[in-house]
Order: sequence, then C-alpha cells, then structure tokens
Amino acid sequence: MTDTQILAERKKSNGPIARWFAMLWADKFAFFAALFLLIVVLCALFGPLLLDAVATKQNLRGRNAPPFDITRGWLYILGADALGRPLLARVVVAAQNTMLVAAAAVLASSIVGTALGLIAGYSRASAAQWIMRLGDVIMSFPSLLLAVIVLYMLEPSVANIVLVLAITRIPIYLRTTRAEVLEVRERMFVQAAKVMGASHWRIVFCHILPVIFPTLVTIATLDFAFVMLAESSLSFLGIGIQAPEITWGLMVAQGRPYLTNAWWLSFWPGLAIILTTLSLNLLSNWLRIALDPTQRWRLEMGGRKHG
Amino acid sequence: MAEHLLEVRDLSVEFHTLAGTVKAVQNVSWYLDRGETLAILGESGSGKSVSASAIMNLIDMPPGKITSGTILFNGRDMLKMTPEERRAINGAKIAMIFQDPLAHLNPVYPVGWQIAEMMTTHGKPGAESSARALELLKRVGIPEPEAAMRKYPFQFSGGQRQRLMIAMAIACKPDILIADEPTTALDVTVQAQVLALLEELQRETGMGLLLITHDLGVVAEIANRVVVMNSGHIVETGNAAEVYRNPQHAYTKKLIDAAPGKGDIPAERERQGEPLLKAVGLKKRYGSFHALKGVEFSIMPGETVAVVGESGSGKSTLARAIVRLDDPQEGQVLYRGNDLLAMSPREVFGLRRDLQMVFQDPTQSLNPRMSVFRLISEAWVIHPDILPKAKWKERVAELLVKVGLKPDMADRYPHQFSGGQRQRIAIARALAMEPKLIVCDEAVSALDVSIQAQVIALLDGLRREFGLSYLFIAHDLPVVRDFADRVIVMKAGEIVEEGTVRQIFDAPRHPYTQALLAASLDPDPEVQAARRSACHSNKGLVSA
Repeated sequence: MTDTQILAERKKSNGPIARWFAMLWADKFAFFAALFLLIVVLCALFGPLLLDAVATKQNLRGRNAPPFDITRGWLYILGADALGRPLLARVVVAAQNTMLVAAAAVLASSIVGTALGLIAGYSRASAAQWIMRLGDVIMSFPSLLLAVIVLYMLEPSVANIVLVLAITRIPIYLRTTRAEVLEVRERMFVQAAKVMGASHWRIVFCHILPVIFPTLVTIATLDFAFVMLAESSLSFLGIGIQAPEITWGLMVAQGRPYLTNAWWLSFWPGLAIILTTLSLNLLSNWLRIALDPTQRWRLEMGGRKHG
Repeated sequence: MAEHLLEVRDLSVEFHTLAGTVKAVQNVSWYLDRGETLAILGESGSGKSVSASAIMNLIDMPPGKITSGTILFNGRDMLKMTPEERRAINGAKIAMIFQDPLAHLNPVYPVGWQIAEMMTTHGKPGAESSARALELLKRVGIPEPEAAMRKYPFQFSGGQRQRLMIAMAIACKPDILIADEPTTALDVTVQAQVLALLEELQRETGMGLLLITHDLGVVAEIANRVVVMNSGHIVETGNAAEVYRNPQHAYTKKLIDAAPGKGDIPAERERQGEPLLKAVGLKKRYGSFHALKGVEFSIMPGETVAVVGESGSGKSTLARAIVRLDDPQEGQVLYRGNDLLAMSPREVFGLRRDLQMVFQDPTQSLNPRMSVFRLISEAWVIHPDILPKAKWKERVAELLVKVGLKPDMADRYPHQFSGGQRQRIAIARALAMEPKLIVCDEAVSALDVSIQAQVIALLDGLRREFGLSYLFIAHDLPVVRDFADRVIVMKAGEIVEEGTVRQIFDAPRHPYTQALLAASLDPDPEVQAARRSACHSNKGLVSA
C-alpha cells in the first residue's frame, strides 16, 4: 500500500505529459500503434520532399522486380512496380495524399456531423427535423454513386474528393450524435446543471459532448479505413486521384492486373492501409479508456506493473 | 450437529481489485431451516449479499474467489458440484428475487411466457407450465390474471412486478427463497403487501426464506432470526426480537440507534412574516394524466417542509416545477413575492443561485467525467459574481470540510467515493451557490441508515448555520419525523393533509395519512407483532 502511494505521488509530480505517456506505455498494443502512426505521419510530411524524384523515376529494366532483392539497392527491397519504380519509395510518398484525403474527409465529416447532431438532438426546434431529413436524403443515396456523379461534373482534385467523401459520411456522425444526445440530455447531471443555471452552450459542450466523445472517436477511426477504401475505389474508376499523383488505394488498383504474377504491387500498399487502420483502432480503444475516469485505473495499474 | 436445510460454514470470499485483495466476507457461518425466515442485516459493503451470490453461483470468478468454506444444501456441498448439478438446483430448489424487478424481467417477452419458461427450463411440458403460470399469477394477487399473462413487464407497477418476480421464483416450488432487498424500491404500503405475501407463501409451502436487507423495519416485520453483518464479518446473530431488545455488539447498537423516527419531535416554530416561497394553484398535465391538481403551500425562511407521498403522487413533479425543470400549465410559484413561472429565462438565471436542488441518486446527478473540484467550482463558472477565480481552491476545500470530507479529495472523481460521500459532494455543490432554499428530492432515500442519519444531521447543521430552508421530498416517514417542521401529504396530485410534524404523526386526520403511517415499519419486532395482530383482528371483524 505504501509503495503504491509513493508511486502515485511520484506520478503526480511528473506532470500531465509524463502521465499520459505512462498510460500509453501501459498498453503495449496502443504504444506500438502510436509509434506506427507517428512513422506514417512523418512519411506523409517529409516523404515527398525526400523521395519524390526516386518514386517517379521509371526504370523499364526493373519492371515488376521482386521484393527482398537488394542487388538494385535498398529502395527496391519491396520490389518495383510495372514501370520499374521502387515500391518502398512510392508507398512512402503516397502516404501524404492518402492521409491528407482520409484525415481531411474524416475530420470535416465528423465535425459537421457532430455539430448538426448536437443541434438535432438538443434543440426541439423544427430545424432539428430538417437536419434529420437532410441526413436521410444523403443516406438514401448510395454514397459511391453520389461521388461518381459529383466528380464527373466537377474536376477530380484532392479538394473535391475530400468534399464528396465528407458529405457522404456526415449522416453517420449525425445520427449517432443525435441518438446519444437524446439519451444523455435526460441524465440527472444534465438536469443538475440546468438547476445551477448553466447555459445551453455549457450543457452541450461541458456535459453532453465529453460523454459522447469516445463513441465519436471510435466511429471516426473506423470511418478512416472506409474513407481510404472509398477513395481508392474512386481512383480505380478514374475519377479520384489522377496519376501521376499517387495514393495507397490507387496503387492497389494499379497493381490489380498483375496480381497473378507480381502480387507485391498491390500487397505493400494494401498492407499499409491495413496497418494504419488497425493502429487507429487500437489507439482509439486506448483513448476511450484513457479519457474515462472510471476506466483509467486499468492503464494506471498496468503502468505500475510494468515499472 | 442436526442437519439444516441450508448451511454455510466458514465461507470466505475475496475479490481482486486495484487496491489489492478485498476480503468480501470472512469465515461466515449461518444456517437456514425449513419454514424459517432468516434475515441478513447489513449496510452496503458489509458483504450481506455475497454469501447469497455464492449459493446461487453468481460470483464472477475471477475477480472473485471463494477461499474457504462449504455450502451444504440438504447435506451436500454445493461448491463441489458440477455446473450442471448447480443449474438443476438454481431456480428449482433455490430461487431468488431481486431489488429491481424491472431489471430482472426481460422487457420483450410477455410475463406469462417468462413465468412458464422458468418451468419449461426445468423440464415441464409447455401446456402444463402455462396453466401453472396462470395459477401463480392468481396466487400472487395480480388483477385480471388471464389478461396479465399476455402483458409486458413495463405495463405493471413496481409492486406488481415484484409480485411477478415472486411468482417466477416459486414456480418450481423451491425449498429456499432468497430475497435480496425485495422491497427497497417499493412504497411503504406496497412493501407491507409484498412482505405479507411472502409470509403467506412461506406458511403454505414451508420453504425457508433468506432475506437480505438493510432495513430494520423489514427484519422486525418478517424475520425469525437475524444475522448482523459488518465489513465482511458476522457481528451478531440470534432471535430477531432479542437482538433488537438487547444488542450485544457495538455495531448492532449503533445500527439500531441510527434508525430514524425515534427522537423527540422538534419544537414547533412560529410561522410569521413573509413566506420565502409560495406555490399557488399549481397544475401540471402529461397528456390526460393530471400530475398536479392545484397544489398550494408555503415555506417560511429557515423552515423545513417535507412532502411525503407514494410514487405517482406528484411530489417529484412538484419539486421539478419549483426549480423550473418542468413548467406547470397553471399556477404560480412566488419566490419572495415574484412569480418564478412568469419570469424570463434571464430573470430566472439571477434567482437560480437561491434555489438549489439535491437529487436522489448522486451517482447519476454528478457528471462522472468531472473531478470533484470541477463539479463544485462549476457553480462559480456559471455565476462568476459569487467568487473570484483565485479563491476557488480555498473555497472548495472549505466546502468539502463543511460536508465532512477531506480537502485533498478535490482531485478525485465521483466513482472513487461511496454513495454517502457522493451525496455530500452533491450537497457541497448546492452550497457553493449560497442558496436560500434547497429542494431535496429523495436526497437520503438511496443511503444506508447510519449514513442517512449523518446526512440528515449535516443538513440540519447547515440549516442552523446558514438559515437555509428545505423542501424535503421523501417517501420515508420516520426520516421526515426527525427532520421536518411541517409535513405535506400528497396523493394523486393533491395535498390531502398538511400540518406540523406533531399534528401529522400524533393525530393524522386523513385516512390516507393514517394508512401511510400504519404501513411504515417500526424497527421494533414487538411493535410490529402487536400491529400485525391488531390488523388481523380488524380483518376478522370486517369479514365477520
């Protein structure tokens, strides 16, 4: 007992950053997920600066070069694509566009969807009804079809793709938020805040939003994978990202004709997609526990056990 | 040693938690014979339910672990049986009813089906089970049993649901019925009926009844023997009447002393001057249901007015109307002569400080994601004119001390406190506003008796210190007797009687008030026995 007290005291003196790091370290899966995501983000930030020239340089003698062969240099460790461009460099460079599209689309749709959902759930005005019907309209229209139509009419660019993907994903957040708000707003502590005279603004942002936030983060991370795949489908149809710009989804699509004789063309970008979404899921799971004061002890206890 | 129907010997159960190993019960031994009622009395956390959970195989392992002991049912050790054997006993030979019947009835099946299922699981053919289910519904006194068979749990009242649970429990004619706080969630008059039903059934079938409760009154009403538990140990055991008359252990004495409703009725105070709050002709309808039918009363400064009534009497609606959580359709709430209901939201905001509310369940009324400091200081975020930010820390510490907590608890979160402590935090939060009137909606109902006494003492002290007024909503009459100046008795949205505590308790005029007083259980077994026999002779006269 005295040991734990001493540990607790030491922890307090360390400040919030160290405490969060200790909680992250306590969950090894989440720790490595965070590490992987950090690498992906670094690739996205600096990859194109360093490797853009290499990634676009064609080398027809190295067409579909197999992986794990370092005679051509370490850049070719993952093999080369149909034009002999090194896959490692291309995966690293493609991280930027992929992350940009997915993160922007998820961020935009979650912010807009959550805001609309809070309004629809909390206010009793007729605006709430309009918001919900609008959500229904978007949902009743197949999202890919909508994307195809919009992108056919507009110019396929990163901004337009983000816009289309964001709009089609709004109802997910809208409906979840509204359903949760309807439940949470009836809870006693919200009533208690009303008795204290708290403003609507305060009730929504200090009492309701923190309770539903973990659910939204979980949905957002799941949606991240969906958006990446949707973007690749659009790219596959030729109305998404246009070559020579690359994304992981587009790389998977480009590798498809060679699947029987050169699997690595699709495999590496596919693996990147899987690992990224997996890491996001693990990290969001950790975040859900870390944000909840009633669950946090699981991580703090784990931290103690490991040192 | 003679063989008992059920015997627990040297049972010890541990739970592994963050804070280390918690010994939930240690070396607990008791027995139950056929046709006997044994009560396990204890407060929350005393381990009173743990032995019953061990009998029903309801302890999650891990984190729970039975470290020693045997549970003998008809001479066989249940802890050594296979899971199949245990399942054959559960429900059929030993049945259990719980505190909250709504949580234990499946909402999507009709109740007739659920009762019949109890029997079909234990190997009875379907048609026979349905017939017996109907018979059982009649037996436990559900009105229109044929129609009730096809109804769903939400269509019954709390008392009826508990009757349904009892019907389910006795479906297979068990040898033992374990009742875990069976009447805690019920109104006093309904509680009396359910306890009477349990007693009748016990007489008919000769089953052993194991009653787990925190309520001395329930023990006095129904138990033959009592086992008193405190922090995992049995501190006292014996005949219920003897234990009450002559408690041996200090804890038992404390528990009996803490039982409300024994002290002197407080001296009456003069009612003069302007009332602090006055309600005039309050009416509230929900659809065609009239929750309030023209309620009128007043509260003087420094006065405690209690509102008593059973569920559905409109007492909570009244509380919500006064703090403007719900607006009534008609009437006025005059606070120092100004009508709260006619005010604009901006004007109400200014008065919010003066009118605060403490809710029934502090687990729900405190935001689980806020630390104690944030919970209490939120008052000053909303009303910045009360206190400058520099003084918040100091004042939170001061308030925590005032409600009997420690200043260093400010960094903790609500889940790290016990129920009583949480209610103290809720009171501290209300005090942070420096209110004139606190509306307590069943504020002590969810607490243990000794904690209840402490919280009441706290509220009483605060009243003296700050001249607070309380509107104290309760279903528990003894608590009101100790604490209030005036009592309002409500029934079906109307005030049926109003008067000082002495008038209401010593000379109730309205038959409903009389019924309420008669149904509330006295902790003294002899008083209860006397009341019961009086009641029986009355019934005899009526039927004759």
